[in-house]
Amino acid sequence: MNTNLALLLLLAPFLGFLINVFFGKSLGKTVSGIIGTLAVSVSFAVTLYFFSQISASKQAIQIQLFDWIQISNFKVDFGFLLDQLSVLWLLFVTGIGSLIHLYSIRYMHDDEKVHSFFAYLNLFVFFMITLVIGSNLLVMFIGWEGVGLCSYLLIGFWYKNQDFNDAAKKAFIMNRIGDLGLLVGIFIVGMLFNTLDFTALKTIFLTGGIEDKVTMISVAAFALFIGACGKSAQIPLYTWLPDAMAGPTPVSALIHAATMVTAGIFMITRMNFLFDITPDVQAIIAVVGAVTALFAATIGLVQNDIKKVLAYSTVSQLGLMFLALGLGAYEVAVFHVITHAFFKACLFLGSGSVIHALGGEQDMRNMGGLKKAMPITFVTMLIASLAISGVPLFSGFFSKDEILLVAFHHNIPLWVIGSVASIMTAFYMFRLMFLTFFKEFRGTVEQKHHLHESPSLITIPLIVLAIFATVGGLISLPGNSWLNEYLTPILPKLANAEHHLGNTEYMLMAIAVIGGIVGIGLAYAKYIKQNSVPSTDAAITGFSKVLYNKYYIDEIYDAIIVKPINVLSVFFRDKVETSLSALVFGFGKVTNEISYQGKKLQTGSIGLYLFAFVIGLCAIVSYLFLAQ
Amino acid sequence: MNNILNQIGIENYIFLSVILFSIGVFGVLYRRNAIIVFMSIEIMLNAVNLLFVAFSTYHQDAEGQVFVFFSMAVAAAEVAVGLAILVSIFRNLGSITIDNLKNLKG
Repeated sequence: MNTNLALLLLLAPFLGFLINVFFGKSLGKTVSGIIGTLAVSVSFAVTLYFFSQISASKQAIQIQLFDWIQISNFKVDFGFLLDQLSVLWLLFVTGIGSLIHLYSIRYMHDDEKVHSFFAYLNLFVFFMITLVIGSNLLVMFIGWEGVGLCSYLLIGFWYKNQDFNDAAKKAFIMNRIGDLGLLVGIFIVGMLFNTLDFTALKTIFLTGGIEDKVTMISVAAFALFIGACGKSAQIPLYTWLPDAMAGPTPVSALIHAATMVTAGIFMITRMNFLFDITPDVQAIIAVVGAVTALFAATIGLVQNDIKKVLAYSTVSQLGLMFLALGLGAYEVAVFHVITHAFFKACLFLGSGSVIHALGGEQDMRNMGGLKKAMPITFVTMLIASLAISGVPLFSGFFSKDEILLVAFHHNIPLWVIGSVASIMTAFYMFRLMFLTFFKEFRGTVEQKHHLHESPSLITIPLIVLAIFATVGGLISLPGNSWLNEYLTPILPKLANAEHHLGNTEYMLMAIAVIGGIVGIGLAYAKYIKQNSVPSTDAAITGFSKVLYNKYYIDEIYDAIIVKPINVLSVFFRDKVETSLSALVFGFGKVTNEISYQGKKLQTGSIGLYLFAFVIGLCAIVSYLFLAQ
Repeated sequence: MNNILNQIGIENYIFLSVILFSIGVFGVLYRRNAIIVFMSIEIMLNAVNLLFVAFSTYHQDAEGQVFVFFSMAVAAAEVAVGLAILVSIFRNLGSITIDNLKNLKG
C-alpha cells in the first residue's frame, strides 16, 4: 500500500512529463497545462495522506524498491525514506508546485512552447521529489542532479535570446562545481562508514565510536557544504541565482525561490548528526550564511529590475537560513524555509503578474501607480512584503526572529550582521513596493492604456500564497511550537531544549521590529516623501555604482577564473594540440612517402619482373651452395 | 633401363637437364612474344621432369616417375588455361607482345 502510494507520489509528475513531451503539442495549450497541474496535484494529495499518517503514528515509513549497487560489503539500496522532514518538504514542494502550475496555465498561455514548459516543470517536480524522499545519499544525488538539469532547461527556456542561454549555462556550471563537492562528500562518507543510508548513518553516529574519524568527517562535512553552497546560492557560488531570473517568472518562483534552492538546507538538515560533531564546519557555515545575507542584501538595495531585487532577496534569506544551520538550529532554518517559500513565491508570482500587465517590462523605473489598476496583486504583494520584512504577526516575523534569537545567544557579531541584513531587507522590499505601486505611472502611454488586473487563474494562487504568508508563522509560535514537536524524531536534541521567553527575547524582538519599521520608514521617506526615482544607469555614481554592478563580482570571476581558463584553452589548442597532431600526422606522412617511392618499383613490365625473379632465384641458390 | 643409364652416365642427364633449363630461362628473359615465353616455360618444366625420371631410375625408385606424371597432367591443364588467357589478351589488345602488358604498373 505505502509502496504503491509512494510510487504514485513520485511517478505522477513523471507521467505528466511523458504526456506533455510526447502528446503535449497535439493536446493544445490549456489541456497541456491542466495535465501538468493535475499531475502535481495528485502528488500533493498523496503527500497529504502521508502527512496525516506520519503525524498520527510518528513513525518514519521506509520503502525498499530494489538493491541498486552491491560491491563486497558496500551496498546501496534504491529506496525511499518518508519521515517528518521529507514529508514536510514534500508538502510545500507539491503544494506550492500545484499553485504555480495553475498560475502558469494563464501566465504562459501566449507562449508557443507551453507543452514543453509544463513538461520541464513536471520533470522538475519529479526530480525534486526524488531528492527529498531518497533513502540514501545516492538516490538524493539523482534528484540533486535532475533538478539542476531542469533548472538549466527552464532558465534557458526562451532560448532564442543568447543572454538567457548564457545565464542557463552559468547556472549549470556553477552548480556543477558545487555538485563535485557533494560527490566528494558522498564518497568520503561511503568510504568511512560503508553505507550511504540515512537511517544506518544516523545509527552509527548515535552509537558513537567514531572519534578517531573526526578529521575525515570534517572534510566530508565541508565537501557536503560546498555542494549546498552551489545549490542554495551561497558565497562564493551565488552568482548564478540572480542571472537565473532570465527564466519565466513561475520558474523563478518555484525553482529559484521556493524549492530547489532550499535543497542545500534540506541536505544539511538531513545530515544534521554529521554536522553536529564538526563544530569547525558549522562555524564556517554560520559565517558564510551571515556574510551572504548581508552581502546580497546590500546589492538588493539598488537593483532596478524587479526580479533581480527578489533574486538578491532570496540569496540573502537563504544566507539567514544557513546562519541558523551553522548555529545548529536546524528546526529554525526549516521554519524559515517554509515561511520563505510562501512569501517569496507570492512575491515572485506577484511580480510576474505586474510584468504580465506591463507586457514584459521589468524595470521598476518604468512602473509606478499600479495600486489602483491591480488591487489584488498589490494587496497580496504587500502582505508578502510585510512578511519578509518581519512585521509582527506575519509569518516572516516569527521565523526571522527565531534565527536572530539563536544568533544572539551564540555569537553577537553574527546577530548584528543578521539584523542589519533584515533592516536592509525591509528597505529594499518597500522600495520595490513604493516604486511599483505608488505615485504616478512612469511607463509609456500605450502601456498605461493596457494596464489591467490579471485574470483569476493568476490571482487565485497569489491569494492562497498570501494567506499562507500571513498565517504560516502559526506552525511555530515561540513557546508553543508545533513544528519543533513534529520534528523531534529527526532532531533528537529538540526534545530537551527549553524554549522560554524572557526579557532578553522580548527586547530582541522589539529591536527586530523597530529595525524592520525603520527600514520601511527609510524607504517611505525616500520614495514617497522625496518622490525620488532611481537614476538612469549612466547617472549612478560612487558606492551605489559598485552596488549596482554587484560589487563587480561577475567581472572579478571573469578576470581571475574565466579568462585564465580561456587563455589556457587557447594555449592548449594552438600549441599542444598542434604539436600532438603534427606528431600523429608525421607518422602518416612518413608511411605515405615510403610507399610512394616503393610503388615506382611496380613498373608493370613483365620482362623486368621475370629478370628480377631469375636473379633472385640465382642468388638464393648460390647462397644455399655457399652456406654449405 | 639401368644399362642405358650406365652406358650414358647420370652426369650427362644432369647436364642435358641444366642446359634445357637454361635455354628456357633465357627464352623467358629475352623473347617478347608471349607464345615463345610460354614454350620456354614448358622447356624448363620438362627439364625438371627429365631430371626426375633420371634420378628415379638411378635410385631404383618409382616415386620420381609418379611425380612426373602428376607434373605433366598439371602442365597440360596450365597450358590450356594459359593459352586461353593469351587468346583473350590478343582479342583485347591485338598483339601478344608482353611489353604491351603494363596494366599492373603502380
